[in-house]
Amino acid sequence: MINEEMNLVENLFDEERMEKVPTRNGFGEGLVNSGKKNENVVALCADLTDSTRISFFQKEFPERYFEMGISEQNMASVAAGMAVAGKIPFISSYGVFSPGRNWDQIRVNVCYNNANVKIAGAHTGISVGPDGATHQALEDIAITRCLPNLIVMAPADYLETKKAVEAAAEHKGPVYIRFAREKDPVFTTEKTPFEIGKANLLKDGNDAAIVACGPLVYKALIAAKKLEEEGISVLVLNNHTIKPIDEDAILEAAKKTGAIVTVEEHQVNGGMGSAVCEVLSKNHPVPVEMVGMQDSFGESGAPEELLEKYGMSVDGILEAVKKAIKRK
Amino acid sequence: MSYIHDDKIKQLEEKANEMRQDLIQMLLEAGSGHSAGPLGFMDVFCALYFHVLKYDPKNPDWEDRDRFFLSHGHIAPGLYTAMAHAGYFPKKELMTLRKFGTRLQGHPHRETLPGLESTSGPLGQGLSQAIGTALAAKLDKKDYRVYCAVSDGEHDEGQTWEAVLCAARYKLNNLTAILDRNNIQIDGFTEDVMPLDSLVEKYSAFGWHVIEVDGHNIEQIVNACEEAKAIYEKPTMIIAHTIPGKGVDFMEFKFEWHGKPPNKEEAKESLNQLRTLGGKIKSEHE
Repeated sequence: MINEEMNLVENLFDEERMEKVPTRNGFGEGLVNSGKKNENVVALCADLTDSTRISFFQKEFPERYFEMGISEQNMASVAAGMAVAGKIPFISSYGVFSPGRNWDQIRVNVCYNNANVKIAGAHTGISVGPDGATHQALEDIAITRCLPNLIVMAPADYLETKKAVEAAAEHKGPVYIRFAREKDPVFTTEKTPFEIGKANLLKDGNDAAIVACGPLVYKALIAAKKLEEEGISVLVLNNHTIKPIDEDAILEAAKKTGAIVTVEEHQVNGGMGSAVCEVLSKNHPVPVEMVGMQDSFGESGAPEELLEKYGMSVDGILEAVKKAIKRK
Repeated sequence: MSYIHDDKIKQLEEKANEMRQDLIQMLLEAGSGHSAGPLGFMDVFCALYFHVLKYDPKNPDWEDRDRFFLSHGHIAPGLYTAMAHAGYFPKKELMTLRKFGTRLQGHPHRETLPGLESTSGPLGQGLSQAIGTALAAKLDKKDYRVYCAVSDGEHDEGQTWEAVLCAARYKLNNLTAILDRNNIQIDGFTEDVMPLDSLVEKYSAFGWHVIEVDGHNIEQIVNACEEAKAIYEKPTMIIAHTIPGKGVDFMEFKFEWHGKPPNKEEAKESLNQLRTLGGKIKSEHE
């Protein structure tokens, strides 16, 4: 049963005809909106303006855009210096470089310093595809969600990314948002609610619950529909905020269904799934299956081929749900 | 031409000496911390806090204040001493350095102590933060200046050079950096660990205005800071040649004193030397 309060698109399962836009566009557009609302919003990029879509902001507000060259460490610290002087800087690069390469600067200058810096990680997940393993950020959630003061988000589609970016600009304090390269189905609408730290119950169900984040949320919905046709009732939770995690929503899903499947384009070690397991093991342990990278690096290939190989396709999710139910 | 009167120079020299004495007592009480660096940079701290910087200790968030960033956070005891003398907090609080519940953390934490502009310790990050504030000042059309102290050792870090490029790229003439050129780092002399010279040529080649000063000459430090204000379209790097451990003969020039405090006997001898200016005057404290 799709939750009507979520106001998802009509014809939710007509994937062919659905509008597809990359989540990174949501970043670019959300940032422009935030820039219009607040003149303190500024943007910095490390030589990747077009592919991160920070170019949208650069075009609209050239005087508030700062090119940093290929220097992610300097970029993070410069942003911290701007933030303590009252600016709201967004820094952008690929996730492997920021927060990858500049983790220490983010830890000390941004998080410990509690500087109002927003970190936008582009090209995250295996679906980055042909560029190969070096450019596929699959560890960024793990290395950010352990940092005090930092909010961590992985929005599910273009519109949700836009809302997440605007919410980040309004939140006072450090935020990390990851987004993806590929065109993904836009299954939410302007009316779909979004609140930092509040997971969205997209579909109700009784036999198992899928807790997903990022563009794979849509695949989780498809998997749930297919399982429904086999008589298995699956709840789907869009866990767009990994930190602070929505404990109530996760525990409710666990209590209701007794089996959890976590789905993310990230290493299962330390990622969103691990965060869910931390909540469950402390409060209400149930069997968990984790869909994600199983402790390996990626490789070149088409996004769909890679998702298939590494178990993050619709079929991979289906199997994980069945396995979790068997373990109940 | 000089930007500071002889009387004021004399007064600041005396103040720097008092600050060194407070520093020794503070380090003795803390039982850990860095001695050589803060002693070596104390004359610069003194010149900055008592002649160069615009600030109001009663209103540490004053919008138009000059900003001072300390990149090599491990010499924080020197900064804390300057801040206490400047009136940011009572001098007796210096005795809480590094202790449980203190505002004077082992390495500075901005949110903990009003008047600190940055959180630092991991090396190579301060200049970048100063650049961020200098860029914000330009954007806001504010005419406060941004000062940043950096160590020589942290020029081993790649990020320092990222920042050096960036400050020149943005022609940050509102940024004055002061290099604490004391030639030591934890593992030895900088030129043995990882040679840095010629820093003058390096900074000039990177598009900075460079001034070399004796880091123990208040007049030279003040004049260099004034000269920097007159430079257009370039950031300024003042290379301050300092003697690590300055004022205490058994600490001077010794990298072994980078990261340890004096014990009781050593503190007594240090204070005696400082109070008598190395035996040149008779101490009234004896």
